[in-house]
Amino acid sequence: MTGKGGTGKTTVAAALALALAAEGRRILLVEVEGRQGIAQLFETDALPYVERKIAVSPGGGEVHALAIDPEQALLDYLDMFYKLGRAGRALKKLGAIDFATTIAPGLRDVLLTGKACEAVRRKDKAGWRTYDAVVMDAPPTGRITRFLNVNDEVAGLARIGPIYNQAQAVMRVMKSRETAVHLVTLLEEMPVQETVDGVAELRAAGLPVGGVVINMVRPVILDSEAVCAAANGQRTAVAKALSQAGLGGARRGGHAERLVDPLLAQAHEHAERVALERRERAELEELGLPTYELDLLGDGVDLGGLYRLAENLRKQGLGVA
Amino acid sequence: MSLESPVLAIDPLLDDPRTRILVCCGSGGVGKTTTAAALGVRAAERGRKAVVLTIDPARRLAQSMGLSELDNTPRRVNGIDESAGGELHAMMLDMKRTFDEVVLQHSDPERARAILENPFYQSLSAGFAGTQEYMAMEKLGQLRALDAWDLIIVDTPPSRSALDFLDAPKRLGSFLDGRFIRLLMAPAKVGGRAGVKFLNMGMSVMTGTLNKVVGGQLLRDVQTFVAAMDSMFGGFRKRADATYKLLQANGTAFLVVAAPERDALREASYFVERLAAEDMPLAGLVLNRVHRSGAERLTAERALAAAEALEEDDEGSEEASPESPTPLPSGEFDESAENLQTVGIVDQPDGKVGLRTNSPESETKETHTHDAYDAHRLAAGLLRLHAERMQLVARERRTRDRFVSVHPEVPMVDVAALPGDVHDLAGLREIGERLAQGQPTAA
Repeated sequence: MTGKGGTGKTTVAAALALALAAEGRRILLVEVEGRQGIAQLFETDALPYVERKIAVSPGGGEVHALAIDPEQALLDYLDMFYKLGRAGRALKKLGAIDFATTIAPGLRDVLLTGKACEAVRRKDKAGWRTYDAVVMDAPPTGRITRFLNVNDEVAGLARIGPIYNQAQAVMRVMKSRETAVHLVTLLEEMPVQETVDGVAELRAAGLPVGGVVINMVRPVILDSEAVCAAANGQRTAVAKALSQAGLGGARRGGHAERLVDPLLAQAHEHAERVALERRERAELEELGLPTYELDLLGDGVDLGGLYRLAENLRKQGLGVA
Repeated sequence: MSLESPVLAIDPLLDDPRTRILVCCGSGGVGKTTTAAALGVRAAERGRKAVVLTIDPARRLAQSMGLSELDNTPRRVNGIDESAGGELHAMMLDMKRTFDEVVLQHSDPERARAILENPFYQSLSAGFAGTQEYMAMEKLGQLRALDAWDLIIVDTPPSRSALDFLDAPKRLGSFLDGRFIRLLMAPAKVGGRAGVKFLNMGMSVMTGTLNKVVGGQLLRDVQTFVAAMDSMFGGFRKRADATYKLLQANGTAFLVVAAPERDALREASYFVERLAAEDMPLAGLVLNRVHRSGAERLTAERALAAAEALEEDDEGSEEASPESPTPLPSGEFDESAENLQTVGIVDQPDGKVGLRTNSPESETKETHTHDAYDAHRLAAGLLRLHAERMQLVARERRTRDRFVSVHPEVPMVDVAALPGDVHDLAGLREIGERLAQGQPTAA
């Protein structure tokens, strides 16, 4: 799940994980940017670098969460492949881990995506996959292609060797049919522009684009025709109606009459926004991708709201197995 | 009820010749770049010779200042009213080129080429999480050293956290000066000298391990890179420190930009505390995208109740009105139509607004019965919109008050929300106007 900053991609990623967890499935929700956004959403303490159950879904499913930290992932990786327990810690003390994870963003990204891919492929003793799906709260749209396309990123740095191999393995998962990159947007100019650019980049890199989730959709209460009608010719009638509804006198200078101008000003802004949203929606449609819409939750997203969003996604077919 | 803060007076700040650097910081997506650009336009038109350093402007905002590409040199902005003796220049930061320039300046051509061609350098200069911040600071230092402007306005990188701007340069600096980098270089530098034999042995174990983990070729690239950069290391730290001091100096003022949303104001709060801890001068908080209503005395609850009453009453009912309305004189329409341009920026309770359609008034009379029904629906819609607006206003005020109760001393200015994005100088001027005239919402 990617999206421009501020579009609510963490929220949508969490809602998708909950939606997928319905019907008794087991989902892992991972975050990679060290923001602890998941913990805040689920109202729990900061997530450690350990997978832990953070929510259950109505059908008995489970959402587990993991905050992937690049340093820890590197130590994990060293441990897994080289049994470097103590030497790993020594490297860390020297600043080597810091070095490796910061000097080349490509290396850091291989570690982050590598950990997620490991969770995707992990199997239990009986040979079943540990998780039915892994949802990643990924970096923003502007960086998503570089982030997922680790192969290109490390190509210049590691042409052979273990890091190269790791990158290859990650790419196999990322480009497979098991992966879908969804983009979250708002019906505003900048987020839509970034979405359109992001989709083009993902497609050029051969990464599988899923759908577009339009978040925080606000209801259309009046369209511009209605506002125009109200402002022209109908002002008196509107004042009268307001007066009938008990809001004061409709005569010039009366309480109800004085409401007309400010209410119309608001309506005009609303109509302008509705028109803008229509244009943005049309631009998104040109992408030819499935779109899903989530209504704005006026009072911010609490846990209850998150479950409602999940339900809403499922109704629209996203997060249904 | 709203809590009060001191008013952030923008014009005195812009006009004061002692103000030499203005840093706009805040979390991503709060309108930092637009604010920086608007301040630049206003400062220039008030007589300052200003330059705006933008980091990652939206395409159309950049175009509004005549910036069509990243070229790393300030360009004079056309269309500015220079009658007060001011000028506006603007540039977009090209972080890779800035980094390249630093390398070229501080090493001989051959070494510079070795660095620029090294894959590690390329990766670092294009994408290290802190490179953008470091290079923004670097560029700020350069612009200040040129001394060609009397006011530099800096936009900060679109990082998630406002604090990154302060932390990243130090991190990059100390990272490049770090112990590990020195160790990596050690084999190349100290060869087989006896005194360091022990260290060297440790090193070969270490590099052996690294070889295994990251691959030999990669390690060699790192070592070449590090060796080539050797002469510059001390410099990085020093330069980062120097710019940091510049930010603490007299003449620098920070403007924290936020929107009335929980996350943005939380970041703003962190930043305000951090600035105080670092002795960096905070001018105040710019609260962007604040919503208001021209009819604040009508509460959301009453508006909703009235809307419901109108919707239930679907008979139209012209007879129920206690007062018979006087038809508007036709002059009224022309008068309000003139206010067309001010739509969306009128916030006073008595603000008037007109609309674009010029349908003749007489039409209403002919279809009166039908209209009365529609008028009810329209009025109900207007009331529902108003209720929604009032709920938003209340929510924003709560969020804002939370900030004010923690930081009552921070001067603030509210900037009313615009319905669309800003694309031209006129829009920037308008924002500047709002910045200068904005009043913190008081009780």
